[in-house]
Amino acid sequence: MRAGSKRKGASPLLALPALGLFAIFALVPMIVVVVLSFTYYNGISSPTFAGFANWSRFLHDSTTHHAIWLSLEIMVLSWLFQTPLALLLGVFVSGRQRYRSVLAAAYFVPLLFSAAAIAITWRNLLDPNFGLLANLTHRLHMSWFPTSWLGNPGLALYMMVFIISWQFIPFHMLLYQAGARQIPRSIYEAAEIDGAGRVRQFLHITLPLLRNTIVTSSVLILVGSLTYFDLVFIVTGGGPGFATRILPLDMYINGFERSDMGYASAISVVLVTAALALSLLLIRVTGFGRFRSTHEGA
Amino acid sequence: MTRHTVMRLAIVMAIALAALTAAATAASKKPTLLLWTIQRTENSVETKAAKTYKPASVKVQIFANDPYKQKIKVALGSGKPPDMFMNWGGGGLKQYVDARKVLDLTPFLNADKAWKNRFFNNVLQTAAFKGKYYGIPNVGMQPVLLFYNKAVFRQNNLTPPKTWDELLSVVKALKTAGVTPFILGGQSKWPDLMWEEYLVDRVAGPQAFNAVVAGKKNAWMDKGIIKANTMLQQLVDAGAFGNNFSSTTYDGTVTATLLGTGKGAMELMGNWEYGAVLQNSPDTIKNHDLGWMPFPAIPGGKGNSKNIAGNTSNFYSVAAKSKHPAAAVQFLKKQVMSPAYVKGLIALGNIPPVKGIAKQLSTGANADFTTWCYKLVQSAPNYQHSWDQVLSPDAANTLLTNLDRLLLKQITPQQFSANMNKTK
Repeated sequence: MRAGSKRKGASPLLALPALGLFAIFALVPMIVVVVLSFTYYNGISSPTFAGFANWSRFLHDSTTHHAIWLSLEIMVLSWLFQTPLALLLGVFVSGRQRYRSVLAAAYFVPLLFSAAAIAITWRNLLDPNFGLLANLTHRLHMSWFPTSWLGNPGLALYMMVFIISWQFIPFHMLLYQAGARQIPRSIYEAAEIDGAGRVRQFLHITLPLLRNTIVTSSVLILVGSLTYFDLVFIVTGGGPGFATRILPLDMYINGFERSDMGYASAISVVLVTAALALSLLLIRVTGFGRFRSTHEGA
Repeated sequence: MTRHTVMRLAIVMAIALAALTAAATAASKKPTLLLWTIQRTENSVETKAAKTYKPASVKVQIFANDPYKQKIKVALGSGKPPDMFMNWGGGGLKQYVDARKVLDLTPFLNADKAWKNRFFNNVLQTAAFKGKYYGIPNVGMQPVLLFYNKAVFRQNNLTPPKTWDELLSVVKALKTAGVTPFILGGQSKWPDLMWEEYLVDRVAGPQAFNAVVAGKKNAWMDKGIIKANTMLQQLVDAGAFGNNFSSTTYDGTVTATLLGTGKGAMELMGNWEYGAVLQNSPDTIKNHDLGWMPFPAIPGGKGNSKNIAGNTSNFYSVAAKSKHPAAAVQFLKKQVMSPAYVKGLIALGNIPPVKGIAKQLSTGANADFTTWCYKLVQSAPNYQHSWDQVLSPDAANTLLTNLDRLLLKQITPQQFSANMNKTK
């Protein structure tokens, strides 16, 4: 195309339906939430102006601060736990052997379940009285083995990270599988001729060439972890104590259980801002926006 | 036929159709009333009351317990409420009353004394604010009792505890025998509250919580409340609730099964647990192995050992925005707690909050249990309605979270009181 040509790509008009929906279902509610964060509102009576009361409470509420800390913790732990496992699994199932396709199908199953089903299943498995784990330890006469996994404030968060990962690793595995299959065979063949073993091939070819996939998957994990709600809500409800009360849950409890929609709105403004800032930061740092292709010749 | 004739014919037909529908609606001028309630055993009685009512057609919609709380709030807040809705009275209902979303039933009740006097007054009070009535009871009373498994006590040569000291020694003996002394669905949090309510009542008397409700300054710092919470933590230390209480949920089956099968010896729970045991472990009832007793006395405490705690009842209220308020009130008067309704409730093991039914109870199903409960309620000097229903939703939520942390020993009784003192 000539330089200075008027049309660059498709007409912007084509984006109108999407933008319209985005405005109605995302922008307008966001603006309303910002307004509500300056009001007292119990969800029944009409809101009254509160000035900065909700925001000053946000600065002083130790429960919310703890929730922020937990959200950060769950974000880092999820990334640390999911990335290596998803990467290794993805590379493993990218092989064309038949048994690997069968295994891939099996690993893929959690992705097909709804979050509520996963949450209820795990809660039942970990039930201290009738759960599978409790049953097993009871039959093996291992009464010393802890059964109150979700009731122990020191363990509950790690159990949640585990369950969340169980749900999402298959998705990231899929990303890595696709990424690994894009890597041209010729590179591996050349490396083999040069005498590189499997581990060296993985470290020096697969890993570097999966760079873009790693970034994509990491952005999804990190930003996604800010919105975890359903699993934690059903499995622990934020307990025991405050052990799993992450920020989205804190928002829900304040808004719907304590009938304080104003303060819940303030928390959600923070959540949106944080997610937006994090996405922008990650795009900047990783060069997500200007990806170099990892294909040969491109 | 010309085009005009077709048009004319169409118009005539349209008018005729409109006239017909108008005539049809005039013929069935019955108002339609919408009633919202939660999923519970008593649904059969509720729907029957609606179906057999002739003057209006009453449509019953049933929702699951927890989501219902959000749903009714949104419906009342958004101005499209059902005509009648089930609620728990107390602080939750007060929220709606304060926002003028609920019809004042006082004039109707005062106009018909026989209707008003049918109910136990202390039960009606749960849905009354500033002397005005906003709710009509719709299920049985739900006092909290101490259930126990008689077989477990027999096997360990123990007798059910009547005092605090006996309770502590029973806990010790059961612990050595490898039985969980008290089953507690601590993950659901509200079962913890039953312990709190009874301990505070026995130690500090009803006045301690009344001071909280009255909004007295530092009411939560009451020495009796702190002492009661210290005792609660002592129970945790003694292993009275076992190791798994913080991850055990109350869902109507788990704890009843644990109690029925003797994995746990006792459970402090609402009288509905009888029905739950009947459902999940019927042999326990058949063999007369399920026992029940009042919460033990605490010598030296200020509360009368005959005091009880629990839910007084659940209620129906009429939405202020209902299009047929008079018809709704008429339905509540004629159908709810009518003789047929009461009979239906008793068959389910309920104890309706209605005067003069002792005889009816003694001949009904599960008579030994229901008459015992009826007498317990009648002879109780104080019937404490569940704190989380009395307090505002904000304070109630803070209360349950802090109780959870108290039982996990993450906070001291002093910190508990300090945290609660900050609530409104």
